[in-house]
Amino acid sequence: MKHSPGRYAVLAAIVALVVAGWLVMAGRHTPPEGADLSRSKASANGIYEVTIEPEAEPVEQGPLHTWLARVKLPDGTPVVNAQIGVDGGMPAHGHGLPTAPKASHVGDGVYRIEGMRFNMGGLWELRLSLNGPTGEDEVVFNIQL
Amino acid sequence: MSSTSNSSRRCIGRAAAQVALASLAAWLLAACDPSALSREEIEVAKSLTLSALPPVPPDPTNRVADEPRAAAFGATLFFDPALSINGEVSCGTCHKIDRQFQDDLPRGHAIGITPRRTMPLAGVAYNSWQFWDGRRDSLWAQAITPLEDIREHGGNRLFHVRLIAERYRERYESLFGPLPDLAGLPDHAGPLGTLAEKAAWRAIPPDRQEAINTAFANIGKAMAAFERTLLPAETRFDRHVTALASGKEPAGDAAFSELESEGLKLFIGSAGCTNCHNGPLLTDGQFHNTGVPADPANPEDRGRAGAVRQVISDPFNCLGPYSDGSEADCDELEFMVPAGEALERAFKTPSLRGVADRAPFMHAGQILTLEDAVDHYNRAPDAPSGQSEIQPLDLTDRGRAALVAFLKTLGP
Ligand code: HEC
Ligand code: HEC
Ligand SMILES: [Cu+2]
Repeated sequence: MKHSPGRYAVLAAIVALVVAGWLVMAGRHTPPEGADLSRSKASANGIYEVTIEPEAEPVEQGPLHTWLARVKLPDGTPVVNAQIGVDGGMPAHGHGLPTAPKASHVGDGVYRIEGMRFNMGGLWELRLSLNGPTGEDEVVFNIQL
Repeated sequence: MSSTSNSSRRCIGRAAAQVALASLAAWLLAACDPSALSREEIEVAKSLTLSALPPVPPDPTNRVADEPRAAAFGATLFFDPALSINGEVSCGTCHKIDRQFQDDLPRGHAIGITPRRTMPLAGVAYNSWQFWDGRRDSLWAQAITPLEDIREHGGNRLFHVRLIAERYRERYESLFGPLPDLAGLPDHAGPLGTLAEKAAWRAIPPDRQEAINTAFANIGKAMAAFERTLLPAETRFDRHVTALASGKEPAGDAAFSELESEGLKLFIGSAGCTNCHNGPLLTDGQFHNTGVPADPANPEDRGRAGAVRQVISDPFNCLGPYSDGSEADCDELEFMVPAGEALERAFKTPSLRGVADRAPFMHAGQILTLEDAVDHYNRAPDAPSGQSEIQPLDLTDRGRAALVAFLKTLGP
């Protein structure tokens, strides 16, 4: 019996669709709709521009680790003498951070946030309160683990 | 077009279709079988197996932590009942070697009864915090605590150091150097003992007190070296997931029933257990209020909320003079949450390895069976004080049975 190549093509297309569907299903751990995962943001009242990054990637669940926060004024001037308070947690679970991290200026508007820990997977919030020469403001980052 | 190329193309086409059909069949099978794990679920499950366990972390606060002679000496001390005021209690009295180093009781029994349940010891070297409430920050600082507790070994600092001088001088001194000179000192003295013992302690000059404290800390450091060798054993769960992760069909006792596989899926999925019971020891090592009912014998137990001040003021903590490390080794203490509602009745997440074999459960044995433990999570009652972190689960009877069946796979 002779099969036409066209039949294989149709079959292959169906399979491709199924596999694509499966891949989408498997990728369901992607962040909830709308969570803004950007690591660079203006603070709530636009007083500061803040960029965060972990000292080492990937961010692991469990161990203590450090983040760096670069703080600037909107005109690009580094903010070198801000007081930064660190808070956060998991809004979906209703709990805060498992540690009390501390931020200290290391130079050029870069602050080290030491003592961070994410003890479970999911969407975390990192809240930085900034108190500098141009005023008090807050910025909230979402971090997906 | 030659006939050969035509037939080979047809052949490739057919093979491709066959592969495709096979994967379609496999996918359909997976989609229909509620107990089959997706590739992503297998990855998550793998993060809970012993293959994900890193080497025991170093303890720079204990210079003999990884010294085999210290571990051997520590083992001797751990099982020696002479280290108690009545000569009958050793660490092994409550931490029974053939019972996962616990005692199957709701609360520990020695000279008296402890307020909480004896904890199993496999993997303790991975803990940042010791005890249900984390009131000690190292294994060695932990180990000397029961020695001076009147409900446990009932001794006092001078008594224990004197005992080491009498029974183990050589083994001690070969590890730690000369024992302090105890000439002219009383038999019993210590800052935590009876009124008479406290008075006797105050009468000892500070430099001699310090020498006794150093020797006392060293007893803990030897025991800690021993405890660092207590590691978790492989379980059926490990064998099952290791087979799945390497693409093999789990065989023999590594094979899971449908119920066990459903339980595993719930555990890592919708039941949210891995929010806290995560990593290869199935614990995040942190403190949570899970609304466990108060123990009538000790209803005011505030868990972590009552422990923070104790660990800060413990002279044997990481920052204290008896640590062999530097301030840089004390990140856990430095970044500890010092206060707040979240600490109220929060207890350390226990490892679930071997859990089915060590009822009763929770910090004072408040829950008697695994069925009741799962039921607790399903109902998520309000906490006696503070705020419980867990939410009701709405599990079916089958789901509850599946979680119980899964928890039983976490043993040999
Ligand atoms: C009377 C029974 C008893 C004796 C004796 C005893 N323990 Fe314990 N052990 C317990 C109890 C109860 C707990 C939990 C107490 C708490 O959290 O308040 C515990 C906790 C521990 C922990 C903490 C484990 C963890 O995961 O946090 C370690 C380590 C430990 N004991 C080691 C020892 C050593 C070493 C000795 C001997 C010097 C000893 N124990 C003597 C009952 C005992
Ligand atoms: C919010 C964190 C958290 C979550 C989520 C969680 N647990 Fe726990 N689990 C704990 C803590 C903390 C304890 C000890 C509580 C206590 O003694 O007061 C515990 C204790 C247990 C125990 C008793 C272990 C022992 O040695 O006493 C079992 C069994 C258990 N959990 C199973 C589960 C299962 C199954 C799930 C999912 C349905 C789950 N846990 C979800 C934190 C959690
Ligand atoms: Cu959470």
